[in-house]
Amino acid sequence: MNAPHRVALAVANIRKTFPIRLGMFRAPLTLTALDDISFSVDEGETVGIVGESGSGKSTLGRCILHLVQPDSGKIEFYGQELTHLSKEEMRQWRQDIQVIFQDPLASLNPRLAVGDIITDPLRSFFPGMKRNERRARALRMMDEVGLLPEMINRYPHEFSGGQAQRIGIARALITEPKLIICDEPVSALDVSIQAQILNLLARLKEEFKLTLIFISHDLSVVRHVSDRILVLYLGRVVESAPAGDLYASPKHPYTRALLTAVPIADPKKARERTIEGLVGEIPSPINPPSGCHFRTRCPYAIDECARVRPPLDSAGEGREVACIRWKEIDALGMAAATRRPEEVEAALQ
Amino acid sequence: MAGITGKDAILTRYAARLDELDRAKGQSLTRDAFRRLRRNKAAMVSIVVITLIVLAAIIGPYFMPWTVRQVDYTAFRSPPDWSKFHYLGTDQNGRDLLARLLQGTQMSLLVAAVATVVSVTIGVTYGAVAGYIGGRVDAIMMRFVDVMYALPYILFVIILVVIFGRSPVLLFIGIGALEWLTMARIVRGQTLSLKEKEFVEAARAGGARTRTVVFRHIVRNLTGPVVIYATLTVPEIIITESFLSYLGLGVQEPLTSLGTLISNGAAVAEVMPWLLIPPAVVLVTLLLGLTFIGDGLRDALDPKDR
Repeated sequence: MNAPHRVALAVANIRKTFPIRLGMFRAPLTLTALDDISFSVDEGETVGIVGESGSGKSTLGRCILHLVQPDSGKIEFYGQELTHLSKEEMRQWRQDIQVIFQDPLASLNPRLAVGDIITDPLRSFFPGMKRNERRARALRMMDEVGLLPEMINRYPHEFSGGQAQRIGIARALITEPKLIICDEPVSALDVSIQAQILNLLARLKEEFKLTLIFISHDLSVVRHVSDRILVLYLGRVVESAPAGDLYASPKHPYTRALLTAVPIADPKKARERTIEGLVGEIPSPINPPSGCHFRTRCPYAIDECARVRPPLDSAGEGREVACIRWKEIDALGMAAATRRPEEVEAALQ
Repeated sequence: MAGITGKDAILTRYAARLDELDRAKGQSLTRDAFRRLRRNKAAMVSIVVITLIVLAAIIGPYFMPWTVRQVDYTAFRSPPDWSKFHYLGTDQNGRDLLARLLQGTQMSLLVAAVATVVSVTIGVTYGAVAGYIGGRVDAIMMRFVDVMYALPYILFVIILVVIFGRSPVLLFIGIGALEWLTMARIVRGQTLSLKEKEFVEAARAGGARTRTVVFRHIVRNLTGPVVIYATLTVPEIIITESFLSYLGLGVQEPLTSLGTLISNGAAVAEVMPWLLIPPAVVLVTLLLGLTFIGDGLRDALDPKDR
């Protein structure tokens, strides 16, 4: 980026809860999907959002698009506040914010031909556009994403997952958006196809000067594409850092645990390693642990962790960590992450 | 490289031809379904038979020596008599039964078609809107359907007869307007599952308005269940019509319908069986045929559910 950083998207204190009705006479429970999330995305940047399933990644993406309405907080897109727009105004803004979905086949209407699927946004945003013009644009976009022109009249079930995802990408690009939210775009694909799609996204990003938000549970995928990474745990940001730094020296115990959980191809090395923490499942977002949400699975947890919600502290060079003990843990180095819990305990005392 | 045998040239030409043939010809789901339907013998035979009945009912009367209103004073209660062109005999008033049968079939089919179109239109729109909007709107709309279900429809028909008079078409628009209840429930159920699909979300992200989402993305995916249910509604309405005519609430003389003919024939079945058997055979054939077509369509449209 040669131009001064322009903030494309600023998300401030977003909260989203879902009521869970138990019946007519019982008070509904609340599921907190997003708990006070703030971050910003610069123009031209790729921000990766990682977390386990249930951490609120996808809900965050849908909130930005206003496919689900956030309970509170602000979402600003190029300085324009989106949260208070009317339905119709928001509809117009969707031209500039598009989305690529996780399940490529499910995101295509089985009754429409590919050409119609790709040009569907054009029909909505430019109702006056001629059919020929739309088809011409579809063909151009299909060429961009590596689909053959004769596929234009085929139907989704005739395509493989990778091709279907290319159709999804073509549809997202056809309105020439500024920001694309990729919601696990490759997790449903074979590894070899994943690489193709990721490279395609990288090329299109340069070509169309896109800003990307890349949601995934796969750390190696996110690392490949992101400039900056946000780690989510139970609806909260636990760490945010430039991609290189995060992988080199993760500071939050959760990030450390995630990174040690990335599979290693060499079975010998894999056997020598024990994974830090991360025993058990992610707690239920209906009744999350008090204080730090991660404390129930954290090898470094102390009593203090149950009392206060750890603030998102600045940890130097554009990094932020939400852990009250991050400095102590950081001092242990990454080697500690692959040690047994008893050893870690000993080192800390 | 042109080989000695010229095989390359042939292959190239062949590839080009294949390209040409395949171009712009997507294998749509509908086309797939038709292919499967063609393999279903019962359904195909039914389609042929029903087409013949429909054609006969529409075109037949123009070729008849006797019209519906004509009375043959030389032949009352006559069994089939080819010399006088009463191929199926005459009734107590000397009217030709074949003429009346064709006219009655026409009336029954017309009623079934009108009522089905009405019930599909109302049912699909109502169900899709209720299902898609959901929440309180859905609850209120579906409770209304429940209430309508609970009321005996004979009561409605009697009220409709009073309101519309004895106009058969209006009456059966009314019947269609009652038949939509089941359709609305089916459509709502399907919509509930469809609206959670990612392509609906994708459509919304692509700027589609609610109306577009409902009619372009949801209703289109309902074709399967709707077509099937519609083919099964047709016989249901024919039966309803027969029943109402039997009670004297349906089609009025001199017009007739299959139900009226059967009811007249049933009264004299022992002495004049030729008045009962032909309309009964036509009715049964229609019902069986339509049911087979409905079954065939279900298998063709939802190959997974078989």
